[in-house]
Amino acid sequence: MEEKLKNIKLYLFSIFGSLFIFSSISANAVEIEYWQYEYGARVEAIDKLIANFQSANPDITIKHTYFPYADYRKKVAIAVAAGDGPDLVQLYYGWLNDYRDTGLIQPLPKDVFSHDDIESNFFKMVSAMKADGDYWGLPTAVRSLALFYNNDLLKEAGLSGPPETLDDMVNYAKKLTKRDGSGNLIQEGMAFDGGIGQTHHFFREVLVRHFGGKPFSDDGQKVTYNDAAGAKALKYLTDFEKTHKTTQNGFMNRGQDAFAAGKVGLYIDGSFRISKFKKAEGLNFSISELPGHNGTRYNFSSFWANALSSKAEGAKKDAAAKFLKYLTSDEAMQIWLDTVGELPAKPSVALVDENKQHPLYGPFIRGLDYATATTFVSEKPQRQSIVDAYDMVVLQDVSPEDALAKVVKKEQELFDDFFGN
Amino acid sequence: MFRSFWENLTIKQKLAITAWLFLAIPIIFYITIRFYPTYEAFYVSFMKWNLLGAKKYIGFKNYIRIWGDEDFWIVLWNTIKYAIIGVPISLLISFTVAYYLNEIRFGHQTIRALYFIPFLTTAVAMAWVWRWFYQPMPIGYFNIMLSWIGIPQQPFLRSVEQALYSVMAPAVWAGLGFQIVIFIAGLRAIPKSHFEAAEIDGAGRLQILREIILPALKPTTIFLIIISTIGFLRIFDQVYTMSEDSAGGPLNATKPLVLMIYDFAFDEFKLGRASALTVILFLLLLFVSILQLWLARNRYAKK
Repeated sequence: MEEKLKNIKLYLFSIFGSLFIFSSISANAVEIEYWQYEYGARVEAIDKLIANFQSANPDITIKHTYFPYADYRKKVAIAVAAGDGPDLVQLYYGWLNDYRDTGLIQPLPKDVFSHDDIESNFFKMVSAMKADGDYWGLPTAVRSLALFYNNDLLKEAGLSGPPETLDDMVNYAKKLTKRDGSGNLIQEGMAFDGGIGQTHHFFREVLVRHFGGKPFSDDGQKVTYNDAAGAKALKYLTDFEKTHKTTQNGFMNRGQDAFAAGKVGLYIDGSFRISKFKKAEGLNFSISELPGHNGTRYNFSSFWANALSSKAEGAKKDAAAKFLKYLTSDEAMQIWLDTVGELPAKPSVALVDENKQHPLYGPFIRGLDYATATTFVSEKPQRQSIVDAYDMVVLQDVSPEDALAKVVKKEQELFDDFFGN
Repeated sequence: MFRSFWENLTIKQKLAITAWLFLAIPIIFYITIRFYPTYEAFYVSFMKWNLLGAKKYIGFKNYIRIWGDEDFWIVLWNTIKYAIIGVPISLLISFTVAYYLNEIRFGHQTIRALYFIPFLTTAVAMAWVWRWFYQPMPIGYFNIMLSWIGIPQQPFLRSVEQALYSVMAPAVWAGLGFQIVIFIAGLRAIPKSHFEAAEIDGAGRLQILREIILPALKPTTIFLIIISTIGFLRIFDQVYTMSEDSAGGPLNATKPLVLMIYDFAFDEFKLGRASALTVILFLLLLFVSILQLWLARNRYAKK
């Protein structure tokens, strides 16, 4: 009995003791929350960066939360609206206007992130995060597009090296397409997923420009791709499915799945896809820069930025800014490149010879030189514009001109709403 | 004071107060989680609100914009199509199955369970499986089976014409189990003496079906029509899962009202417009329910 009582006393003592120690630590400790979407390599990289940061800053604890991409935007919006959620949040740069407009994020403090510093050290496209004279977020890494090709299939079709021009790409695609006896597609020459994935970016920033157009006016308030150039670009894109029949939307689910299974000759995607294809067994692929046209090249770049949520205040805001500073340091960028395969957001880290000549990252990094990042008013409906235009041409036999006229009218309404015209 | 108030009451009054105390729990529950949000939806439908900022009164502007939005009319028509095509098909199939299932004894339980399982399965998981069934060769089962019998591949979900029916099919299939069980219960509730009397009078199978079974099942059928009409008018999971990018495509061909509400609310954060759409859906459901109840009542009066 006495033994038991002793045990209980000891037990209680240890509880209170630990509570006491805990409370004395937490008196000046700050815990902040970091949110991103769930993607193996990204989670791993952030965990690594948090560990590094915490050992240098023992008074700051970072809680890392991640969940499937499908619900990402909604959860962030609802959580912040409810006064809950992250202090530091990752957002796709195309959502900036959405997030800013709904008050989900706040400007970065100028004393920690000076504009001169950002503008002289980061890639130009990071200016997409500047609005109303403030920066609203900064990336660790940036992305661009490149052409993935299956070496074995090219060899089998008697082709050497990747296509260098848009016309070449069509010829390659035709040669790489295979059908069975009853005409069913069994191998895609060039895969596109309708307008989804990276296709809509490729259309807007690469094809439209190649055919002499511009997707948007210089002040960013007018949608301008419904002209002759846009129509040519849309025809070029949809011809792969409609006329050349080198692709079929939905073949083996998505282009990336079919490519990973070795059933696609050519496929356009971002550097973040490298890790998936590296894991695909029996897949022998290479990467080249996107094909040019009339001697010029274009590319699309994008990024996920880290931003301070409007919830972060006082000590939490300071801690979040400190962690953001670390996330955008040269060291973090190199860790991110090695773990996730996304390109460093500063030329000084990205454009070193070792990276530029890298067999896998090289083409993407070289592409950054001539890449543009679209300034979206709202990414999802604008993506839907291209998806719908594509479907009208392929599924309903609408002319590219009429299809673009229809979707651009709607997209312009979105712009007018936003800019208050 | 409370004590004297309580003691002055009659037993009847005391009983009534006690009863109301117990009833208050579900009433409060309903008011806070049902009626209040419904009221709020009506209120927000006259506002411009993005979830975070202040609500701004804009009168009927949300409704006017919805009226002028050509997508809304496509979506409304889709929603109605789900109901007016889905309900008769599913009731016809489930009645036929129930009618024959009721006649057999051997394996009755097993077959009934097989029909009921889809009803218990998560709609999203099932829709994903169906989505794969609809894929082109070499993955999609339906297209593989079509190729066996020499029919050309069908685009299914990738076709503006076929997509709505392709999405409807798993929804019909998932609802069958429930409807069959209700129909069987209805069939079993018909007194045996009716059938015996009919046999003595020399009625044939068809006559029994037309003159006895169908009239006796009228309340069951009306119940199922209302329930499944409401179900189809609120269709969401299947479309969200089966259309590319959850967009209700291709070209809005499969998009129902609920998905449009969801997109406005949680993608574009236009809560006012979304609320206005929920009000429209609410009125549509109310109208359909009242219409069906009224039709049902009329028929009884004639009999």
